Amino acid sequence: MKYDVLVVGAGPAGSMAAKTLAEAGLSVVMLEKRQEIGDPVRCAEAVSKRGLKDLVEVDPRWIAADLKGSRVFSPDGASIVLSEEQSGGKTGYVLERKIFDRTLAMEAACAGAEVMVKTRAQGLLKRDGKICGVSAIRSGDTFQIEAPLVIGADGIESKVGRWAGIDTTLKPKDISTCAQFLVKDESIDSNYCEFYFGNKIAPGAYAWIFPKGEKVANVGLGVLGSRSSGIGEPLRLLQEFMKSHLPKGKVVEMDVGGVPVAPQLEAMTTDGVMLVGDAAHQSDPLTGGGIITGMTAGVIAGEVAADAISRGDVKRASLRDYEDRWKEPNGNKLQRHYDLKEFFIGLTDEDLNNLLHSLTNEDTVKMDLRDMLKSLLKLNPKLLWGLRHVIF
Amino acid sequence: MLDANRYKCCYCGAYVSVCPTCSSMELMETWIEVSQGCKDCSVCTKICPVGALEAEV
Ligand SMILES: Cc1cc2nc3c(=O)[nH]c(=O)nc-3n(C[C@H](O)[C@H](O)[C@H](O)COP(=O)(O)OP(=O)(O)OC[C@H]3O[C@@H](n4cnc5c(N)ncnc54)[C@H](O)[C@@H]3O)c2cc1C
Repeated sequence: MKYDVLVVGAGPAGSMAAKTLAEAGLSVVMLEKRQEIGDPVRCAEAVSKRGLKDLVEVDPRWIAADLKGSRVFSPDGASIVLSEEQSGGKTGYVLERKIFDRTLAMEAACAGAEVMVKTRAQGLLKRDGKICGVSAIRSGDTFQIEAPLVIGADGIESKVGRWAGIDTTLKPKDISTCAQFLVKDESIDSNYCEFYFGNKIAPGAYAWIFPKGEKVANVGLGVLGSRSSGIGEPLRLLQEFMKSHLPKGKVVEMDVGGVPVAPQLEAMTTDGVMLVGDAAHQSDPLTGGGIITGMTAGVIAGEVAADAISRGDVKRASLRDYEDRWKEPNGNKLQRHYDLKEFFIGLTDEDLNNLLHSLTNEDTVKMDLRDMLKSLLKLNPKLLWGLRHVIF
Repeated sequence: MLDANRYKCCYCGAYVSVCPTCSSMELMETWIEVSQGCKDCSVCTKICPVGALEAEV
């Protein structure tokens, strides 16, 4: 089997890359080790409307909720309201990812990409020192697929980068480990995403209630790996959160997973290999949102890969355009968000209470993240002095 | 040696991302494979969201 490009992983990043390549007329194959694309879900499913609309035509079949905004809670329970597009670009729609991911893969297939499910890449093939495809296993049968260019879209558990010599190992301080329930409860507000901060609630991250239609929501929390003080900490803390916030909630699904909240990788490409999405640590370190960033990277990688293949040159220098186009504006913004995350995880609950209280008389509904940070800095100069270079 | 409890595991693969030896852990659908390459560093035990990974004593 021979293709121009081989994509490992059929998440949003991989499907967008495969679709872009197929639309450019290249032969492309996308491998997915699971038997069902998009299932089990490892996501709270919130995306910014603007971000999504820039990438795909919105289809009501995979929109679970269309939101008015977000509420942010401090550890002592005080709250502010942010309008829909101002929540760090993360909320607006809540998706049904089991349908969304499968639809994106179908679109890639309809554009001409071959999709192979229950097929796991298990190593890179090399000829004369050059990467020339992968060794794969499907239903117990091992076989080889040749391609001069491999795109690693294999998510948090990525190995493609490491096989190619790019160290993508995450440090515990750069991964948020999460547990989530799908909950039915009469108290759920179907119009607002809710974020709960506090070192006891969700150390180094936050808890969330993201509505998915009538009185149903994804209720979950993350814990920064370096703050996880025991075995199974996210699940234990989620059970506590349920007791305190949704004591009568009926749990009908359980999802878990990790999300990179890491600095930008120095290299996202090497000769014959490109990384996209969580595999390239492209999720937002501040919010943990990685759907839109991964899809965006998938499109850029697909365009650059198509160009490289047409020139017959898949060396790193030829793929560098992907890294450059990613860096500005996306990579640089995410690196700033990493600096913000590093600062905020050092704050005490008292600091967090003071910050949120300082905003209660401000018109937060009209602010975007940058405006909000500027106001916070103006109102709390001593506490946030260390952030002035990131905010301005 | 690392003990992977299949009855607790929710198959998320998060532990693979922090494993310093790329080849010693693999998630295949609902099955975690821990190979001889595991260095018993236990980093993954604090990352597993549900406590399915524990260092055997
Ligand atoms: C609990 C939780 C909540 C989150 N909430 C949000 C949110 O609200 N909004 C948001 O934007 N983001 C959220 N994220 C992050 C988001 O889910 C990811 O950033 C996003 O899925 C990344 O997309 P991807 O295509 O890079 O990887 P994935 O969606 O993880 O897809 C990678 C695919 O590669 C496959 N694969 C891996 N290895 C191989 C192999 N060797 N061979 C073949 N296939 C392979 C996997 O099976 C998988 O299907 C959340 C994450 C978690 C864990």
